[in-house]
Amino acid sequence: MSSQDDLDKLLTKLHNFHGGLHLPEHKQESLQHPIADAGLPQQLVIPLRQHIGRAAKATVKAGDKVLKGERIAEAEGAISAPVHAPTSGTVKAIEVHAIPHPAALPDTCIVIEPDGNDQWTEKPAAILDYLSASPDILLQRIHNSGIVGMGGAAFPSHAKLLYGLKRNLHTLIINGAECEPYITCDDILMQERADDIVTGIEIILHLLGLERCLIGIEDNKPDAIAAMQQAIKVTSLKRTRVIEIPTIYPSGGEKQLIQLMTGEEVPSDGLPADIGMVCHNVGTMAAVRDAVLDGRPLISRIVTISGEGISEPRNLHALIGTPISHLIQAAGGYTDKARQLVYGGPMMGISLPDDQVPLTKGGNCVLALSENEAPDPEKARACIRCGKCADVCPVKLLPQQLYWYSHAKDFDKVQDYNLFDCIECGCCTHVCPSNIQLVHYFRFAKTEIWKQEEEKRKADHARRRHEARTARLERIAAERKSRLRKKKEDLEQKKPAAGKADAGDPKKAAIEAAMKRVADKKKAAQEKQQ
Amino acid sequence: MRFPLYSSPHGIQENHVTRLMAQVLLALVPGIIASWWFFGWGVLIQIAIATLTAVGAEIAIIRMRKRDALPVIKDLSAVVTAVLFALAIPPFLPWWMTVAGVLFGIIIVKQLYGGLGYNPFNPAMAAYVFLLISFPVEMTRWNAPLELVTADPGLLASLSIIFTSVMPEGLSWDAITMATPLDEMRTRLEMGEMIYEIREIPGWGDFGGIGREQVAFWFMVGGIFMLWRKVISWHIPLSMIAAMFILSSATWLAEPDVNPVPVFHIIGGGFMLGAFFIATDPVSAATTKKGQIIYGALIGILIYIIRNWGGYPDAVAFAVLLMNMAAPTIDYYTQPKVYGQAEEEDEQKKVTSDEN
Repeated sequence: MSSQDDLDKLLTKLHNFHGGLHLPEHKQESLQHPIADAGLPQQLVIPLRQHIGRAAKATVKAGDKVLKGERIAEAEGAISAPVHAPTSGTVKAIEVHAIPHPAALPDTCIVIEPDGNDQWTEKPAAILDYLSASPDILLQRIHNSGIVGMGGAAFPSHAKLLYGLKRNLHTLIINGAECEPYITCDDILMQERADDIVTGIEIILHLLGLERCLIGIEDNKPDAIAAMQQAIKVTSLKRTRVIEIPTIYPSGGEKQLIQLMTGEEVPSDGLPADIGMVCHNVGTMAAVRDAVLDGRPLISRIVTISGEGISEPRNLHALIGTPISHLIQAAGGYTDKARQLVYGGPMMGISLPDDQVPLTKGGNCVLALSENEAPDPEKARACIRCGKCADVCPVKLLPQQLYWYSHAKDFDKVQDYNLFDCIECGCCTHVCPSNIQLVHYFRFAKTEIWKQEEEKRKADHARRRHEARTARLERIAAERKSRLRKKKEDLEQKKPAAGKADAGDPKKAAIEAAMKRVADKKKAAQEKQQ
Repeated sequence: MRFPLYSSPHGIQENHVTRLMAQVLLALVPGIIASWWFFGWGVLIQIAIATLTAVGAEIAIIRMRKRDALPVIKDLSAVVTAVLFALAIPPFLPWWMTVAGVLFGIIIVKQLYGGLGYNPFNPAMAAYVFLLISFPVEMTRWNAPLELVTADPGLLASLSIIFTSVMPEGLSWDAITMATPLDEMRTRLEMGEMIYEIREIPGWGDFGGIGREQVAFWFMVGGIFMLWRKVISWHIPLSMIAAMFILSSATWLAEPDVNPVPVFHIIGGGFMLGAFFIATDPVSAATTKKGQIIYGALIGILIYIIRNWGGYPDAVAFAVLLMNMAAPTIDYYTQPKVYGQAEEEDEQKKVTSDEN
């Protein structure tokens, strides 16, 4: 895997992943305008948990004045990311607030009232000579800048890079597929900021000590592809290639993208780093560049606002923590058709109960869908085992069997059928002729199994504690016993000595002598009477 | 502004059971027209009796289960079962036998197991076998293609035969029925006749009986339509046809005098209807792709075995029912390799082979 030919072969020979869907793209709607600034909302709500892993810990308190870019929460543990103030202002509160959450559960957020000055804190110095900087310094900068995966999953980037550094890597995979319908934030970012993305790639390649980089972009984005190719040309990157991949959902799934471009499969219970690859989103690359060259932490992102329920669908550059309602106003507000609000893409996004939730680092899209675009799901009918779900599953699962066992709550069998390999892409639900919400069933089964495992873990813990306690009590009892025994033994060891002394005890001898005397007297008296 | 909460994905679900079933029915139309053309009104009368009975029985059962009958009826699965069953029985079968068969299929084989999706056996085939065992004479009294009979019974006479079992003036069972080519082939081979002699029988046609071969052809056209519309996949029909073709070719090449040409088996009896419309019933068939190939091939092999050495001239129903029983096991052992689990499995295999 080291020759130039090998890399070029990849350009001509693409691989396939199983199944997938050709979905109506709906990309043009939001591409009619360049990126616009969403402006400063009246209030910013910044969740402490915007990433996979542990929530950040607030380092400010209500009433504090903060400057733009100032750290307001620090990372907790290895998989976490700090959070920064998106603008200058006053911390109004640290409170539980509605956030984009699959179950609409609220979480702790820092609420900031902007002062309107947008005044920067003192930024860390730019690392201009990044190609000779040590990986540690770059990694530290990425970590301190609060960068997480911006494709939607929001995994802390430094944790991913750190894990990669411990593995034997050979390729950096850059995800510019953007396979979900409607979303165009990566597309427009590649068109407008290709140079910055490529600089980010240079930084990451240097950090990881890699040369080979594959950038996967779906072939429905010719402008983005051209821009990226142009940007690579003017750099010294010799082994970086843009690969035009077919427009098949979910080509942008990390595992599917790797399979498409390299033909390799990430092990079921592993990570791409286990097969020598590490995958990052194009938006993350731009954020890395901003952090390293501008000292700018991750405090804003590009987000697509689209759907028939939006007056002027477009891409906005918005501060993290901006309420969705503000974003929708910035996109012309709702139309009469708005019926459903979705955070993320239509296939994997989460349903929002209202627009009073903030934009997070992983938020790539907000959709207001019409009745036409997302009708109420029909009442589910019985599964007829037609297998259309299995035909489209990119993981080659048998959703009809998973459904059967999830429905029957047979959680052992459902794991036999590899439930935990499901990526919840939604292809199966989309094609189901019985209108069964398959993914919903699978999420339910996963949650139930986690719950059972948690309960089992707790029970095991309790059992271990009980066993430890019993063992401790037994040990104490045994110790006491042995102490007693020892005491006894010690006593018994003294006893034989005491016994010998008995033999010459004068008291005893005196008593015996006296008894003998009495007996003799009695005998003599009896003899006299006779 | 409040919005409703739904689980992802959000969007239009593009398929629908009703549409799927409607396409199956549409695909049956050419074969039904051909059957009517060659075998008369009895075909359509049976379809009507079976459909009405099936829909009525399903409504009754769903009502008894205290559920809403309309959505269940609207999925059209009962109609598909009824039409397939009606196409499998002799066109002049007494009406009450058709009714009994459909009631057995819908009530016992389908609804008592929980309705569509839960029935382990194909209801149409189970109903057919139920009748074949109960009424062997009536169930094997096939009418001759109209081209070969002197008197066409017509609509009214057909109604009278089916509903009153009374032959109209001037007609007799002998005049309108004849053994099917499969039956004829079997009996005459047993009597020691050679294939070239058997083929002299009037009404033999090109491959397997005038009328029957055309009907089979139009069922195949319907099947190809379903393949094109992705209502069914190629795995079951192709493996079934291939297995039958390979087996019958082998014996035909070895002894052409006592074995019919392979096409005879594939065109003959209910094979085409079975391959495209019956074995492909997703509820009772294998569901994995590899499993479907095994399932289809074994049905083909079983049909050949029963036709040659078993007690029945046609064997589609028995073969399908036997394989229905095997489907869950086939599925269990033919699970596709899930993404990312290749190496793991290889390692496991290595471990087991090392142990051996």
